[in-house]
Amino acid sequence: MTRPWDIAVVGGGIMGCATALGLAEGGMRVVVLDKGDLCQGASGVNAGTLSLQIKRVSLMDYALRGHELWEAMGDAVGFRKTGGYTLAFTPREAALLEERQTLKRAAGAPITFVSPKAVWAAEPGIADSVVAASYCPEDGYANSSLTGAYYRARLTEAGIAVRVRCPVEGVEASAGSFALATPDGPVRAARLLLAGGAWLAPLAAMLGVDLPVRARVNTVSVTEAMPALFSTVIGHATGLLTMKQKPNGTVLIGGGWQGRGTPDAGRGQVSADTLAPNVALACHAVPALQDARLLRSWTGFEANVPDFYPLAGALGGVEGAYVLGCVRGGFTIGPYLGRLMADLILGRAPERPLFDPNRSFEGDT
Amino acid sequence: MSAETDIAVLGAGPAGGAAALAAAAGGARVVLIDEQAHPGGQVWRKKDVDLPGLAETPETCAGARLRGDLEASGATFLGGTRLWHIERVEGGWRLHLLTRGDRAETLTARAAILAPGAREFVQPFAGWTTPGVYGLAGATALMKSQGCPPGRRSVVAGGGPLALFAAAEILRLGGEVAAVATPNGRGDWLRCAPILAANPALARRGAELIARIRRAGVPILWRHVVTRAEGDRALIRVHAAPCGAEWAPTGAARAFDADALCVGHGLIPNVDVAVLAGLPRVYDADRGGWVVEAGPDGRTALEGLFLCGDGAALRGAETAARAGAGTGQAALADLRGTPAPPPAPRRPDLRARFGRAMTALARPRPGLLRLTRPNTVVCRCESLTRATLDAAIDAGAAGLDALKSATRCGMGPCGGRYCLTAAARLIEDRTGAAEGTVPPPVPRPPLFPLPVAAVAAGFDYDDLPIPAPAPL
Ligand SMILES: Cc1cc2nc3c(=O)[nH]c(=O)nc-3n(C[C@H](O)[C@H](O)[C@H](O)COP(=O)(O)OP(=O)(O)OC[C@H]3O[C@@H](n4cnc5c(N)ncnc54)[C@H](O)[C@@H]3O)c2cc1C
Ligand SMILES: Cc1cc2nc3c(=O)[nH]c(=O)nc-3n(C[C@H](O)[C@H](O)[C@H](O)COP(=O)(O)OP(=O)(O)OC[C@H]3O[C@@H](n4cnc5c(N)ncnc54)[C@H](O)[C@@H]3O)c2cc1C
Repeated sequence: MTRPWDIAVVGGGIMGCATALGLAEGGMRVVVLDKGDLCQGASGVNAGTLSLQIKRVSLMDYALRGHELWEAMGDAVGFRKTGGYTLAFTPREAALLEERQTLKRAAGAPITFVSPKAVWAAEPGIADSVVAASYCPEDGYANSSLTGAYYRARLTEAGIAVRVRCPVEGVEASAGSFALATPDGPVRAARLLLAGGAWLAPLAAMLGVDLPVRARVNTVSVTEAMPALFSTVIGHATGLLTMKQKPNGTVLIGGGWQGRGTPDAGRGQVSADTLAPNVALACHAVPALQDARLLRSWTGFEANVPDFYPLAGALGGVEGAYVLGCVRGGFTIGPYLGRLMADLILGRAPERPLFDPNRSFEGDT
Repeated sequence: MSAETDIAVLGAGPAGGAAALAAAAGGARVVLIDEQAHPGGQVWRKKDVDLPGLAETPETCAGARLRGDLEASGATFLGGTRLWHIERVEGGWRLHLLTRGDRAETLTARAAILAPGAREFVQPFAGWTTPGVYGLAGATALMKSQGCPPGRRSVVAGGGPLALFAAAEILRLGGEVAAVATPNGRGDWLRCAPILAANPALARRGAELIARIRRAGVPILWRHVVTRAEGDRALIRVHAAPCGAEWAPTGAARAFDADALCVGHGLIPNVDVAVLAGLPRVYDADRGGWVVEAGPDGRTALEGLFLCGDGAALRGAETAARAGAGTGQAALADLRGTPAPPPAPRRPDLRARFGRAMTALARPRPGLLRLTRPNTVVCRCESLTRATLDAAIDAGAAGLDALKSATRCGMGPCGGRYCLTAAARLIEDRTGAAEGTVPPPVPRPPLFPLPVAAVAAGFDYDDLPIPAPAPL
């Protein structure tokens, strides 16, 4: 019988991959298992926005560190620090913007309020109906479709075993070790990290733990290549729009509009009812988009728990089992949370607190 | 604009046309949709120009009959209209359409019949993107609608009857044919003799085509494939080499001066709409590769969704029309809650056997992959060569999603229509996986580049549904 792995990471999204790298650096023998391929779930289809302006106040510290790590990954992940504007088109949106960005600024994000005139001077393509805006020079984006290739190379370099198209179908926990059932035979490991994204609940259930994980079905769209229309990351005071134009001229449009479907039934479907206002809002912000053609729209599953804070820590009651997931803005923060998580598992004190997965969610609905 | 109907039929070829007629004959409200301006589909396509003096063919006659019957039926024809998305809704299906004048409209139907036909496959080879190189099926379609040959002097290449048909058609329209190159051997055709003998009309038609080609002194190169299209800004020469039974080139190529090349490597059922609707794909080389399951009456695993014609299995026009009629009746019966009409008596279906044999002749064989050299462009939108794709596959991108992510293969304006079938086979070849184990990527809407202005039209900013803001 082969020697058990020090740890098995279930889920090769950004959470699983980033943690695996930290664990291997710490000297562990690591295997990563994914039912699909590396970063083909949320981590490979997301909008790639790295924006402090849309991060939660209490996660700002983590997001700032996340931005540093993305910058260091650089070209290999298509990183661009462009700065970003968040736009308000009505007095009500302006009030919302003022209230929220003031708090985020206080939490450490270098956000400033700018006049519509300043916005138009910097981004002539933005509509003249803007009434208020905020700016953050740290904002930018990475290309989420490159994360899979990036992490595959990094994991290989680090000597981490990767098993793709290898779903974990059952877990047996016995004194100090786990046996994972897979179609390729059992995988044994001393520790276990569940990083299954929107599929976390059925994984935790294999260990008898009930996690109240739900999934949002976010929509992203891309246009064909356009002449240069704008150069920063553009958002909307309500959070209903994120937009960037890539170096190849295509424009990526997101904003968390909901498609249909559930993680247990395929990849989800784009809903024309939400696609239309999403695209219309993009045109409202940058009118020249009217002349573009939409190439593709798709959806991905973004997991959350009722309080919308991460699950990151040891899983109560199961010695040696850990969980990491349900991170809002998880693409931005993932690489950093993975490091903290690796420290925790390696028995080192993480430099920032993690998020106890055993907390009570009662009252948060 | 949004409209409602009982039965929506997508695709007005032999299959969809017959389905619409059958359903309308039973009194249902039927809307028939096609991106072409007139019903007819690929084979029974209407001429764009009226060329006096050009004789009618069995296809033009069948097309005229279908158009006349549809005119007289109660079915509404929506031409110049493309479907970009389909969604299941309460009590039926919603079709998202882009109609003439780039207007976005929806049509909600209690049942939807998909009859989207097939599209062409071309294995990338040296110079295949040179102007003057046409898809074989595409060239026949062009000849049907425009009534003129693709160039002054053409080479025609491909398996099955379509290459012979195209060559004969070029001659009929006054063009010159330098050569016909077919990867089929004479023996492949001889093996079809019993099936041909059982279909005398079709066999006679084939013999006439060959006779016309022979009379014009055009060489027919059996067991040959085109290995290279030469020319910088325009095609000047075509190279064809002998090939083996699996279609891999084996010997020295011969060159033919030509300004047009019509080349095809078989057809692929259009399953995108059915998959977008939620049906799974399975691999079945006999039906045309990756297909979606549909019963003989067109029923699928999804209620109210039917599929027929070449989009379900490549069997040719005659079989498509018969399947369409049966599917129209089944959809009608479901709508009425009446029992479906008894299935047609089970006698050996000669036409279906003929269609299957012709599909088998044209089915791309694995040796074709040898045509794609390391420096051959595979994805033309993103200018990616086989060497680039192979490098990514070697680095671990052993599925199409991973390959797309790593290289952008298939992510340009064509949406992968031209390259992803070839890319899947390259992955199978490189990783030693069996044929049909690398599924094509899941199609995503819109099915073609959609004008943003059309989707965004009618949006009023004041109606923007503002959700509760994200938690701080
Ligand atoms: C459409 C969309 C847009 C987004 N936009 C942004 C953005 O702009 N900026 C931002 O910061 N964040 C964004 N997010 C959020 C971000 O993408 C996610 O928070 C993050 O990618 C989650 O990473 P993950 O590793 O937890 O999950 P995933 O990437 O989903 O990875 C989970 C992996 O686990 C595997 N798995 C599950 N169950 C099993 C099993 N039983 N056996 C084996 N493997 C299994 C899955 O195959 C999958 O690969 C967006 C999310 C979506 C969906
Ligand atoms: C280019 C081409 C040329 C061919 N030429 C010949 C030939 O000359 N002789 C021969 O025997 N066989 C030919 N074939 C094979 C032929 O397709 C079939 O045998 C026969 O036409 C099948 O009938 P069908 O009704 O299933 O599909 P088709 O006749 O292909 O009809 C399908 C129709 O659906 C429409 N459609 C598809 N998707 C959409 C969408 N999203 N929105 C709107 N409309 C849509 C298409 O415009 C088309 O008119 C050809 C095939 C192709 C692809």
